[in-house]
Formats: sequence, C-alpha cells, structure tokens
Amino acid sequence: MTEPTRAEVCIAALAEVWRDAGEIMASPFGSIPMIASRLAKRTFSPDLVLTDGEAAIIVGAPPINTRPEDLVREAAVPYRTIFSVVWSGRRHIVMQASQIDRFGNQNLSAIGPSKQPKVQLIGVRGAPGNSVNHKTSYWVPDHSTRTFVEAVDTVCGVGYDRAAAAGSGATRFHELPLVVSNLGVFDFSGPNHSMALVSVHPGVTVDEVVTATGFELHVDDVVETPWPTDDQLAIIAELDPKGAREREIRT
Amino acid sequence: MADKRATIDEALDRLEPGMTIGIGGWGSRRKPMAIVRALLNSSLHDLTIVSYGGPDVGLLANSGKATKVVAGFVTLDSIALDPLWRQVRQRGGVDLTEVDEGLFYLGLQAAAWRVPFLPARAGLGSDVLERNPHMKTVVNPYNDGPYAEPEDAGSVFVAMPALRLDAAFVHANAADTAGNATFTGPDPFFDELFLGAAELRVVTAEQVVPEGTLDSVGPLAKATVHRLLTDLVIETPNGAHFTSCAPDYDRDEAFQKAYVTAAGDPELWQAFVERYLSGDEAKYQAALAQDREGSK
Repeated sequence: MTEPTRAEVCIAALAEVWRDAGEIMASPFGSIPMIASRLAKRTFSPDLVLTDGEAAIIVGAPPINTRPEDLVREAAVPYRTIFSVVWSGRRHIVMQASQIDRFGNQNLSAIGPSKQPKVQLIGVRGAPGNSVNHKTSYWVPDHSTRTFVEAVDTVCGVGYDRAAAAGSGATRFHELPLVVSNLGVFDFSGPNHSMALVSVHPGVTVDEVVTATGFELHVDDVVETPWPTDDQLAIIAELDPKGAREREIRT
Repeated sequence: MADKRATIDEALDRLEPGMTIGIGGWGSRRKPMAIVRALLNSSLHDLTIVSYGGPDVGLLANSGKATKVVAGFVTLDSIALDPLWRQVRQRGGVDLTEVDEGLFYLGLQAAAWRVPFLPARAGLGSDVLERNPHMKTVVNPYNDGPYAEPEDAGSVFVAMPALRLDAAFVHANAADTAGNATFTGPDPFFDELFLGAAELRVVTAEQVVPEGTLDSVGPLAKATVHRLLTDLVIETPNGAHFTSCAPDYDRDEAFQKAYVTAAGDPELWQAFVERYLSGDEAKYQAALAQDREGSK
C-alpha cells in the first residue's frame, strides 16, 4: 500500500459521514470535505446529490478544480430552494468550526463579546437551522485548544446540551454524527452526548489529541484511523490533481 | 401604464434618516452597488440595513451611514471576510441583529405576506435567540385533532418576526418601464421578497426596455419581478460592479481585491474613497473606464 498523507487520511475519514446515505444532498465546506463527498459518491454512495456551490445540482463527481463551464448540471437549486432541502432533512452537511465545544456547539460568527468581538468572522450563516434540521458533521483542520474549547463564544451550530435545553422542537431532527480534525476522528458517544475520541490519525498519539483539546475528552477504546485504500488514493488524486488538499491542513 | 423610470437622486430623495432599508443580492453577487455608492454620498444617517451581506454592509456600516444591521453573514464570496465589516464590528461601531439565513428568508416572507411571524426550528438552541431578546418563540397549537403530529406535540418553535422594510433596492439584469424585471442569471436570490417586504420598492437594472418587451431579454420564467412589486425603475449600467451580475458580467475580482487591500490601510483607503466613492455614479464609471484604458 502507498503511504497516504494526513490530508488523504482525513478525506477518507470524512467520506464515511456519507456512507449508506442514499439520495440526500451532501454539502461540504472546504476542499477536504468537498473531495470527501466526491469520493463517497464515486464509491459507496452513488446517489449523493452534489451542487456546483452556486445554484445547480451537478452530474457525477468531477475533479474539484473543474471549470464552471465544464460542469454538467441536472437541476436548478437557487438559494431559496435550498431551505426546502434543509428543512426537509434531506441533507448531511460538513461545516467547519472556528470553535467547537464538548457537546458539539459550533462557532463561525465571532470570537469574543458579541457587541464588540475581538475577531469578527463570517456570521451564523445557516448553522442554527442546519444543525436542528438534518445531520451535521464538522471538519476542523487546525485542532488546538483555541478551536476545541470549553465553551464557544457564539453558539451557531447547536450542540447536544443546547438542543436538549431548547426542547423537542430542537432535538427531533438534531444529530451530529462525526467530527474530523487534522488529528483524529470524534463522535458524541461520551457521557451525556459529550465528545469522544474514536480514532487517532496514523502518527498521532492519544496524548497529543488530549493536550490539544481544551475540554475533557471522553477516551475509551481508541483505534487508529484507517488508511485510505489504494483505490481510494487513486480516486483522490484524480479528484484533486492540483493538491488543494495539502494546503488546507496544518500539522 | 405608468412610466416608473426615475433617477438615483429621485429615489434617494424619498428616503429619510433612520429608515430600515433592504438590499437585494447575496454576498458579493448582484448587489445594487450604484445605490450603495449613492447612499454613501447622501446626507442620510442612522439607517438600518437588512441584507444577505456583501460589500454593501461593510461600506454602509463602516462609513457610519448604517448604525444597525440585520444579517446572517457578511462575505465577499471569493474573499471570505470583508475588512470594513470586521473593523466596524471590532470597534463596536454597529448594532448587529444576527439571524440564521433561513430565518432571514422567513422574516422577509412574513413581511411580504403581512403576517407577524412565521415558525421554524431554525434558531432553537442557538445564540440567535439568546442575543435577540425581542425574538419570541411559539408553542405548537396542534397538539391534538386531525392536524396533530405526535412527535411535535408541545414543541416550541421560533416565531421569526416580519422584517418590514421602509425601502428595498434590488438590481436586475433588465427591467421594463412599467416596473417588471428579470434576473437572467442562475439565481434570483430573495429579491422579490425584499420588494414585497418594503414600502418603497426600487429596481435598478443593467438596461431598461420598453414595457412588455422583457421576453426579448430572456425567458419570461426568469422575469419574476412584476410591476405589482415595483414603484421605481432606474437604469444603472454596470450598476452592480464590483459584485457579479451574471450573465452580464462576472465579479471584478481584481477590483474587489484592490478594495480589500485599500480597506486594510487608512491612507490607501482615503485614496480609494477619493477616486471611486466620493462622486456620483457617472464619476465612478468614468474612473473604471479610465482604469481599463490604463491597463491596455
């Protein structure tokens, strides 16, 4: 087997969020999630629905650097119609997080106080609605105590504790299947749906992950994240011929 | 039929300080930038801007024209963050009501339908509710009877309030003199909801054609703004620049980059404002023409 890069390990790990997903929309944020969604579609989830990131559903899973004029489109999905997809639950999104906490609350709005943030980020976007309407997973390319925090400064994507406090309207369709960082794979199988370490990427130790995490991580039965297969690596290379995946990760 | 053609000045004359103004488009896409530039040079103040935020929001908030903003995000698309927006937020210079972008859609829809609110799951558990104490929830009234859904019995939902606008400005690829308009690009965004939510409804357009001839510009199915939604029509060629106005033109990425670079440095910004933002629309377009001439 060829030895994969860390980025390629992360891509294969993220592709798993869409395994057996059936006919739903995959909405990946970032190059690595985008490659992962296309890898999933090319292998174990051929019915996934992918978009051009603008206003159309595309045919197939072409390389991520395909020019817009070379994409083949099968249907129009202008912004307004996306909410019919989101609120019907037929989507699994992989968002990024500037901060994420022990129960999966996510922040992409602002660091610091809301009236005068220390760092203004993009905004809540659709994260509140996404997280209580359909499966939401996260990709964090820079795992550290600044990104994996005890409490996020702004709750955009809703975690398990906040969803529970908001009641059945919030919990009915709330599900956070996976978090993948540049160091490992996580789920919320810890006590009270807290974050648990599922696997460490090859070359990473459990101690490194624990040290880089700003809250108490549930650690039990940790394995090593599987290497992508040679077939997967060949597809990844074809999907990303220019190596965008290697520029997204900080190790 | 009434000829709704007007000038930018005539439209702005109908605005007053303190008004709530909706701006169409999305991020750095099909923004009515000719109007944004005119607002910057007007005597208006204390405006509330309601927008799927792009450069319109950073420019109006950082200049002090807007003291309040209602938005779910502010982005330049190809450049994720707008430096002007970051600066004004990080100095505490603007009052932001941050809502989920789907709630934003419901807010416009509620205003257009003249109902006080529309319900959603979006927002539950998030800081959208925590930070907006005026935003309320509603308990599902269908807990028994033929319309009851057992799993939602007793559930609480967000009651997104109507986002009523004093005025709305959107930019179309073409409009006719009667006030119909078409978006020939891939996405109409939420523009006709902005118009539906507003008292004064203004469409700027790349071109204004005789009434009843929009089908010569593109498929009639794309002409989703009809004259029941429009008070004024203004021809502003290249009026969305530097945002995209597909298929007429793409985003001017070089110009947007220059805007971002200038915004990061007070001296450069002063020169940028002097060259591009201190005169009327004709002066702006003349400066662009001069840039193109210079780069030949």
